[in-house]
Amino acid sequence: MTDALWYFARGSGVVALVLLTIVVALGIGARSGRPAFDLPRFAVSLLHRNAALLAVVFLAGHVVSLLFDPYASLRLFDLVVPFAGSYRPLWEGLGTLGFDLLIAIVVTSLLRNRLGARTWRAVHWLAYLCWPVALLHGLGTGTDRGAWWLWTISLTCAAAAVAAVGWRVSPAFARFPARAERRVAPRLLEEVSR
Amino acid sequence: MTGVLEKMTLLTGGDGGLDDHLARHGRLPALDGDQIVGLARDASLTGRGGAGFPMWRKLGAVAAAGTPATVIANGAEGEPASGKDRLLLTRRPHLVLDGLHLVALATGARAAHLYAPAALLPRLREALSARRAAGLDKLPVTLTAAPGAFVSGEESAVASAVAGRGAVPTDKRIRVVATGTLVQNVETLAHLALIARYGPGWFLSAGTFLATVSGAVVRPSVVEARYGVPLGDLIAASGGATERLQAVLVGGYHGGWVPADPALPVSPEALARYGASPGAGVVVALPARACGLAESAKIAEYLAGQVAGQCGPCVNGLPRMAGTLADLAAGRPRPGLAGEAARLAALVTGRGACRHPDGTARLVLSAMRAFEADVAAHLNGRCLATGGRL
Amino acid sequence: MTRLHIDWTACDGRGLCTELLEEVLVEDDWGFPVARDGQAEPVVPPPLEDAARRAVDRCPMLALKLVRR
Repeated sequence: MTDALWYFARGSGVVALVLLTIVVALGIGARSGRPAFDLPRFAVSLLHRNAALLAVVFLAGHVVSLLFDPYASLRLFDLVVPFAGSYRPLWEGLGTLGFDLLIAIVVTSLLRNRLGARTWRAVHWLAYLCWPVALLHGLGTGTDRGAWWLWTISLTCAAAAVAAVGWRVSPAFARFPARAERRVAPRLLEEVSR
Repeated sequence: MTGVLEKMTLLTGGDGGLDDHLARHGRLPALDGDQIVGLARDASLTGRGGAGFPMWRKLGAVAAAGTPATVIANGAEGEPASGKDRLLLTRRPHLVLDGLHLVALATGARAAHLYAPAALLPRLREALSARRAAGLDKLPVTLTAAPGAFVSGEESAVASAVAGRGAVPTDKRIRVVATGTLVQNVETLAHLALIARYGPGWFLSAGTFLATVSGAVVRPSVVEARYGVPLGDLIAASGGATERLQAVLVGGYHGGWVPADPALPVSPEALARYGASPGAGVVVALPARACGLAESAKIAEYLAGQVAGQCGPCVNGLPRMAGTLADLAAGRPRPGLAGEAARLAALVTGRGACRHPDGTARLVLSAMRAFEADVAAHLNGRCLATGGRL
Repeated sequence: MTRLHIDWTACDGRGLCTELLEEVLVEDDWGFPVARDGQAEPVVPPPLEDAARRAVDRCPMLALKLVRR
């Protein structure tokens, strides 16, 4: 039984990382305002959301199986407070951090109509912190540390994420490059001296 | 003009200090909220900030909002061609402040503000101290400096500035009055202060509006007149035209061009025929030898530079539209140029948080209509007004 | 009548609404939505209300709202 938990925890962790990489790429794709792979823009947006929810499912599986695995010595407390674990606290702590960040991002996204655009967007930017944290956690913790297949998958995910971000910051990214920037005119915000 | 009328108009002589004000008009009579709304209604007092909305309806809407009201006297006067608000705040601050006090009573307001350019605030602060000493105002009035920008006088920008968020227009899904905020132009408030003393009947027969006359006139000035005044009288009151006139811009930079007909009455009804209105009382005289398209292109370029910057269609559309008019004015014709200007005007109208794109589009279309003959000439490389080649 | 209100201070012309509500909205020169009926707040007829609600939900800038006017 503990073997099954051990396999599931490792497998679901890797699947979660791959899914999160896809989520990041789709998030950037959605931001570009372009259709992708014959999918209209709104479909890219929905795929991004659904992949994130699926990632949460696999992450939940990963966490639950570790909680029940006696060899992992993970406590509920470690799900919320990072770097306090007994097994490789730094790398496990990164997992906690990534988990907490993802929960914050997903919950605020589900409630964004109630929270307002500003709050939602501010938390959503943490995705750029969450993903590298998840990647490092996967590379540093667990019994598969150093395994060639884990390195291969991780580096592939890293390459995909870097490519997506590279595209995001490139001038070719904008669908309407001639568009003027929307920015509140500073003269309207001036504190005019009395 | 009888002595009584001289006393009861806005811009008669005097230093505008509190003693002079009280000697001239006396204290305000004691009135309750309903009476004040009744006065505004019976006098048919309409806003003097440009939109001409009936004041009593606005007072009613603010009262109906169900939240504690805030009243704001708007003296920002972002319109470069207008000078009446600055003049009123300098020469008749107590009429404005009386009016603010009256609307505060009428709405049961918890807060009162005066919003004006920073340069005017020191004298206004003195005026407020004098009123405090004389026990005139129910509510203390907070002063806020208006930035020197075209949109700083827009209703929601005023409410935003006074709340400390900068003079930035806001989305209008919920109207400003529905949030319990009353924004009134300072001239409208000054008229209310006189109506409270002399009655709605007096205002109906002798009430005035302030026009700022500039351009090709001998003495650019602020003129006080009644609606329906012939255009020629306003120009004569400014020393007359310096040369033969081609057209007159009425209402301001968001207004429209009308023929330079001296008999043309300056009233909402008469100007509506030309797609124009008195607006905030701005009158700019265009000499015959100036190119109307070039002048309009300059105004459009100014307006494009004065966008608040928030709304995509406006930030992108206004510079394109101004550029099209500039190309037409400078004789850089291309096929479909006139149609392009009209298309952009329709594209930006109604697609912004405020009416800045709408007003700019209105000016551009008005120029293309008023100077139609020159549009055709320019497309052929000539200017009728200046009589030369482009 | 149900109408679509666009908060222009929030709209960034991402183009999801012009896909989800293509009967009502179309893209302008810069990718911002224009109402086909030319109104500032276009009418959303009852058969399109579901699609409109989806557009309101999917807008990444939360710039859309359905209003009754």
